[in-house]
Amino acid sequence: MASNSSGGSDRQRVAQQRLRIITGHLQRREDGDSTIIAAECKAEGSQTDVSREEGKTVPRRRQEIMKWNGWGYSDTKFLFNKKGQAEFTGKRYRLSGMTIPALKEWFEGTFGASMQHKSPAAPGLNSGAVQPPTLNEAFLEELKSTGIPFSHDAEDRVFRAHGHCLHEIFALREGKVGRVPDMVVWPNCHDDVVKIVELACKHDVCLIPYGGGTSVSSGLECPPEETRCIVSVDTSQMNRILWIDEKNLTAHVEAGIVGQDLERLLNESGYCTGHEPDSMEFSSLGGWVATRASGMKKNIYGNIEDLVVHVKMVTPQGVIEKSCRGPRMSTGPDIHHFIMGSEGTLGVVTEVTMKIRPMPEYQKYGSVVFPNFEQGVACLREVAKQRCAPASIRLMDNEQFKFGHALKPQVSSMFTSFLDGLKKFYITKFKGFDPDRLCVATLLFEGGREKVLQHEKQVYDIAAKFGGLAAGEDNGQRGYMLTFVIAYLRDLGMEYYVIGESFETSVPWDRVLDICRNVKARIIGECKNKGVQFQPLSTCRVTQTYDTGACVYFYFAFNYRGLSDPVHVYEQVERAAREEILANGGSLSHHHGVGKLRKKWMRETVSNVGMGMLQSVKDYVDPKNIFGNRNLL
Amino acid sequence: MLKKRDDFEDILEERRTSSDLRYALRCYTPALYKGVTPCHSGLLKSMVLQSDQLTYVIRQISKETGKATADVQEEASAILEEMAHSLQLNTVRFFAFSLCKVFKTLFKSICEHPVVLLPSHRSYMDFLLMSYLLFTYDLSLPVIAAGMDFMGMKVIGEMLRMSGAFFIRRSFGGDQLYWTVFSEYVRTMLKIGYAPVEFFLEGTRSRTAKSLTPKLGLLNIAMDPFLKGEVYDVHVVPVSISYERILEETLYARELLGIPKPKESTSGLFKARKVLSEDYGSIHVYFGQPVSVRNTSPRGGEDVQSFVSDSAYKLVRLQEENMVLKPWVLLASLLLQNHHQNQNHQDQNQDQGMAVDQLTEQALWLRDVSRQYGAFLHWPDHIPPSEVVSSSLSLHGGLVRLCEGRVHLAVEQGPSSPGEALSPVTPEEELLNRAVVLLSCASYRNQALHVFLRPALLASALHTAASTQKHEVFNIFSFLRNIFSNEFILCPGATVQDFEEACFLLVKTGVLQVTQHEVLVTEADTELCPSSPTCWIPSSKDTSLRYTEVLSSDLQKNSLAALLRLGAVQKIKGADHETLKVDKVMVNSLEDTLGNGRWMDSAHWLQQILFISAVLEAVTFTYNMKEREAISSSKISD
Repeated sequence: MASNSSGGSDRQRVAQQRLRIITGHLQRREDGDSTIIAAECKAEGSQTDVSREEGKTVPRRRQEIMKWNGWGYSDTKFLFNKKGQAEFTGKRYRLSGMTIPALKEWFEGTFGASMQHKSPAAPGLNSGAVQPPTLNEAFLEELKSTGIPFSHDAEDRVFRAHGHCLHEIFALREGKVGRVPDMVVWPNCHDDVVKIVELACKHDVCLIPYGGGTSVSSGLECPPEETRCIVSVDTSQMNRILWIDEKNLTAHVEAGIVGQDLERLLNESGYCTGHEPDSMEFSSLGGWVATRASGMKKNIYGNIEDLVVHVKMVTPQGVIEKSCRGPRMSTGPDIHHFIMGSEGTLGVVTEVTMKIRPMPEYQKYGSVVFPNFEQGVACLREVAKQRCAPASIRLMDNEQFKFGHALKPQVSSMFTSFLDGLKKFYITKFKGFDPDRLCVATLLFEGGREKVLQHEKQVYDIAAKFGGLAAGEDNGQRGYMLTFVIAYLRDLGMEYYVIGESFETSVPWDRVLDICRNVKARIIGECKNKGVQFQPLSTCRVTQTYDTGACVYFYFAFNYRGLSDPVHVYEQVERAAREEILANGGSLSHHHGVGKLRKKWMRETVSNVGMGMLQSVKDYVDPKNIFGNRNLL
Repeated sequence: MLKKRDDFEDILEERRTSSDLRYALRCYTPALYKGVTPCHSGLLKSMVLQSDQLTYVIRQISKETGKATADVQEEASAILEEMAHSLQLNTVRFFAFSLCKVFKTLFKSICEHPVVLLPSHRSYMDFLLMSYLLFTYDLSLPVIAAGMDFMGMKVIGEMLRMSGAFFIRRSFGGDQLYWTVFSEYVRTMLKIGYAPVEFFLEGTRSRTAKSLTPKLGLLNIAMDPFLKGEVYDVHVVPVSISYERILEETLYARELLGIPKPKESTSGLFKARKVLSEDYGSIHVYFGQPVSVRNTSPRGGEDVQSFVSDSAYKLVRLQEENMVLKPWVLLASLLLQNHHQNQNHQDQNQDQGMAVDQLTEQALWLRDVSRQYGAFLHWPDHIPPSEVVSSSLSLHGGLVRLCEGRVHLAVEQGPSSPGEALSPVTPEEELLNRAVVLLSCASYRNQALHVFLRPALLASALHTAASTQKHEVFNIFSFLRNIFSNEFILCPGATVQDFEEACFLLVKTGVLQVTQHEVLVTEADTELCPSSPTCWIPSSKDTSLRYTEVLSSDLQKNSLAALLRLGAVQKIKGADHETLKVDKVMVNSLEDTLGNGRWMDSAHWLQQILFISAVLEAVTFTYNMKEREAISSSKISD
């Protein structure tokens, strides 16, 4: 450790020096201090309990701004107003404050739901339902002496005991709480984490790293059989950009920063990472690394494994990091790949050096309507083959297209609605597209203006070969908006007996159509078998293209009125769907990760030897199972 | 069971009273299959030719043979032309008109996933019948895999093609290109799913009315799209078509005796039109419950080959179960048994026949037993039994003769027409005629075999076994099962289930008691039998033909296969022909095992035992033939 820390300060000095030079080159200097300093760790400082920096989204007490039993901000949600129209509250999104006239009809028509049948959530957290913390006194004593903030308040603990799987949220809405962490700590910097991990090893305490809390793999669930004191390590306060290196186009960032803050702060300096997972408002950099996240615009910027240049992770055996930031190394298996996807089983990611890019000069949405899903997939395949995929290209199936349409906000002018009618007429009557079969691809182009326009033409030309018709920017933009509001919509559904979830896979090109058809059919069949009284929503979209395959996303939801144990039914259907995916040559996960939800298929996914390899890494790095969230293996 | 029968519907009721022509031209608006519009057969062909699989094989072949890809492509497309169907409604209308004769049926409809229809195959009528039925019920007409021999029929061949048949060569084992084109053709049809696919699991018409061991090739292809995940599910529908009287009755018997089957030709069909003037009774078509391949498949893990084979056997059994048995089937069994018994005891050629009363009484008894065994028996309960018997007998006037209140099998020339001058017949011809009648009768009896098969095997095992120890009985049971695995539909690897099923049925009828370790024959046994049990032991060395059935080439083929499987006979491949080598030690030990048993002819399993003994006889017969001269296997093959 000693050599490590001196090495660290050495490097820091060099970095300081270099950064001073860089600063000179920066054009925008007004807030240079906050973004481009090799910040000293402020753990010992006095300012720890105020939210130190403006513009940081996540406070220590998350419940101040976020829902404790649902998705996102407390001030933002869908509801049906007195007139029976759907409304999106708050001011944070483009859709906020608008009424959405078509949603009610779609909602009732699709799920057979009714405004009369409500299933409201329990009003608030009953602290009595939370078991009192089992504290490790010795650990607590020593922790106090370090000055790192901590809490064993019930709300804090409950908030960190779950991700956003359906069963987790459903239980919270019913006011049910299972095993929760006994304590939450908020490290302020890398060194704080080192201290926490050292103490945990010393006193045999179980640590569960917590980033943005957006896990959908049961990754944050506390193993009920864990008897040790469980400490949730909330990295949300480690949220600084430590330096930006414009020569090499990298930024060194603390791992607790959430996606929207990272982008915004970089944007202020004229840069971006381009990493935009759908959860980017709340998910954290460390979480991305730990789960092998993927961003919507990976076609230009790459997935997290392409973006990460350097990682620092604190493990029970010490700190793991590479000695340099060379762009590629041939030094045996890449140790980054032990870290990426480790899902909190090996240590806490504390600092990451990421690639950055200058902000794109020009951005343009677009959309293409295809007569059917098959044609759409063929088009995406061709685009991938010619390697000309735009920043993002997604193909929604017919059901999802209709869903997207139901989310159209009220149009202000007669003229717009007239135009919409005209467009619809053109596509269905003039071009002969069947409204129950057509599907739409949404596009996002980024780059220099000239290049974007040229690129756009190329993609639309390919689309035309597959019967696609350009369908305007607006449709495209709404498609992407859907991904940010879908989680809010789930909360609305849960108010009216509708539960749902999404899951994803990656699959070779030649299996895409088969997997989409079969999984959707399996979901419907399985719901019927399990006694679901209403037709479920079973829909998919192709969200990413690769040279050899694609990422496919499924949504499914159903009205559970009449079922005694809806969550169990839901879980059975989801399991069946996953089995169908695997039987059709799909992967266990493209970017959601394994967690505890998909653990049982790990062995068949990576083979016995593969499991042994992973296990032996775990055994070496963390023999006492300090990082005991029991994900993955 | 009764309920099942009540559901039958006479689809010809209306046909008898209204114009056939108007019917044939009626408006045909099938419910669209899976909601797709029928696609042009030309499009289908091009889809096949462009399929990845075929392109790959073509490239592969051109690499191996050095032929240009274009040539191979050409070849493939020629194969496809030869094979393809071109479904056109007009032709079907024509058939609908000309086929308005005598059908009865029950129908259950399905249609959500690709459908594969698997009718049993007893007659040429089968596939015309299927198309006719589907037309009547406004359902998508199937495309049917038919043997290439039909294509030889000039006009009819083309017409069949236009009514949805596609033609396959009888054997194309080694031809990779043919195989690929063919399988791709079937798979494409299933995948785009604009019409059900229909083929015969048994591969060829069964000449003996026993179900044949299923051929796996086509089923494999049909299931492939599901196993590869290209369709969500495939529904397989076993269809049982049972004829009260088969058109090809005597034709089959002759074929079995080695008279080659007439080549299918159009002129032949016209010559055969005299069959239209005869009464062939009724035809029952039973559409079994569709089997979802998805629900039965193991999903990964288990090996595909054995899954397909398992399902094939299960499907054939389903076909068997739903075969409608007419009273005549029971009568034929009883008459045959009586005939054999007479032969055994008196050892005289004069057939005494059977008194009608006795026949009726035994038939009623057999009716009840077979119902207990779950046979799908169509016995009109509201008509007095004597009438049922006499009407059945009159329908089969060619096979039985009624004189002085006794029923004879029509094996003798003499007594039937005493006035006629006896035309001089050679002994060979006489034997042949005898055999034809007996084999025809046997083919009716065979329709009921599946009902009695398992109990009969167990009964035989019981009589052969030295003790009543369960494991010993089981061992012999499984040995017998092995011997007869070509003869009957016995799912490979289902010995335990079969054994349990047999025990269950015999216990149910009060004949057996099964304890933890023992299998006991109860006293009730004798009471159940109206005829006193008679014992006889087949003298295996006796080559004089007591059982004319032994002459059946089918039986010989199966016996040979059994001997080969048991290792008693070995095939030795020579330069241009195969020779068979007999392992005498092995054969003798086989004989001991089989011959030691007291083959008891007690009534409730009598047909079966009779049959088994006939098979045994055939085994010995074949064996004796081998012994004398190691004959080339080509002689025995079909």
